Amino acid sequence: MSTRSVLLQAAGMIVLPATRVWAQSDAIDPGTTGPAWSPYVVGGLIGVLSMVTFYFSDKPLGASTAYARVAGLLGQLVARRHTDALHFYAEKKAPKIGWEVMLVVGIVAGAFLGAWTGGEITARWLPPMWAERFGQSLSLRLGVAFLGGALMAFGARMAGGCTSGHGISGALQLSVGSWIALIGFFVGGMAAAMLMFYT
Amino acid sequence: MDQQSNAGKPTNQDPAPAGPPENRASQLLLGLIFGMAFGFLLQKGGVAKYEVLIGMLLLRDFTVMKVILSAVLVGMIGIYAMHAAGLVKLHIKPTRYGANTLGGLLFGIGFALAAYCPGTSAAALGQGNYDAVAVVLGMMAGSYLFAEASGWIARTINRWGDRGELTLDRWLGMSRAVFVPLMALVVVLVLVVVHFAIDATP
Repeated sequence: MSTRSVLLQAAGMIVLPATRVWAQSDAIDPGTTGPAWSPYVVGGLIGVLSMVTFYFSDKPLGASTAYARVAGLLGQLVARRHTDALHFYAEKKAPKIGWEVMLVVGIVAGAFLGAWTGGEITARWLPPMWAERFGQSLSLRLGVAFLGGALMAFGARMAGGCTSGHGISGALQLSVGSWIALIGFFVGGMAAAMLMFYT
Repeated sequence: MDQQSNAGKPTNQDPAPAGPPENRASQLLLGLIFGMAFGFLLQKGGVAKYEVLIGMLLLRDFTVMKVILSAVLVGMIGIYAMHAAGLVKLHIKPTRYGANTLGGLLFGIGFALAAYCPGTSAAALGQGNYDAVAVVLGMMAGSYLFAEASGWIARTINRWGDRGELTLDRWLGMSRAVFVPLMALVVVLVLVVVHFAIDATP
């Protein structure tokens, strides 16, 4: 990590618990308070992190590949030759625990640290905004989330990346395909979300 | 104006890094550390939260756009500067008009349903949004489904508008040295408009 991001994180870890003393109540719903840090600073630091991963790992930031690799590993457990013969696993991304998988594992841990230091652990199954609109059924939320995940992964593989791979890494490299994908993500997402919440 | 097309050539996207000698264990550790930094930043930026992510898709909350565009601004300048100095290789995914568009739209629909994307699902899980587990399982299922269809897709959809590694500057016929500052200016302008005219960050 860059010295700057280490210093900023350390500063955040000292400042944020202190600000909790200011909060009117420790029971503020984290979902209603938006970002803990300035999104411009966060974005800028993610840009710096991209520079770091390019230099030290010769890899762009990306997330969707990790899930594809793990799915491949599971597929190999069940049907080895069949999985290995599939075009995607044979020619593109071999099923293995690599840098990309470790990145996503790291994301979980890092986000936990961020939420914990900021008093923003949600520890819940149903987002209030979802429940308000679609009710308290957990199986509905989980079913829709599963379906959404499946569509996202299929779409990401077809497009060649997700909001991190295309939206950040590809867009900052000025790849035309990444900008097309990014626009597609948001056009599709906005249309679907507005249908879900406004009709 | 278009670069030489890479259509039809098998692309193994796992080349060994050209940087320090490849040591699997150290790269796995670096991946973990970089991931932790990424997850920490995503959470602090608010994008591990259901309300912020759906808020973007409903055009109520522009945090996601601010984070992405700020990352693009800094990363573009930094990485192209390092590239010009011979310090890094680029990793540009192929431009395929058909696949990028169709895949993008499908992703978007899934995004609205799930609310957490591949990266932010992991961040959301770390924050304690347990419903992200269902998204993770769905993404693994969807990835495998794609793998089943990947042979057919490679022979059909991937061929529609395959332009290989194409960047905006080449596509517009401009030199990189001119385009990068211009693009930086455009991104800053968009951020200024979003901040002052639409959704000011407190």
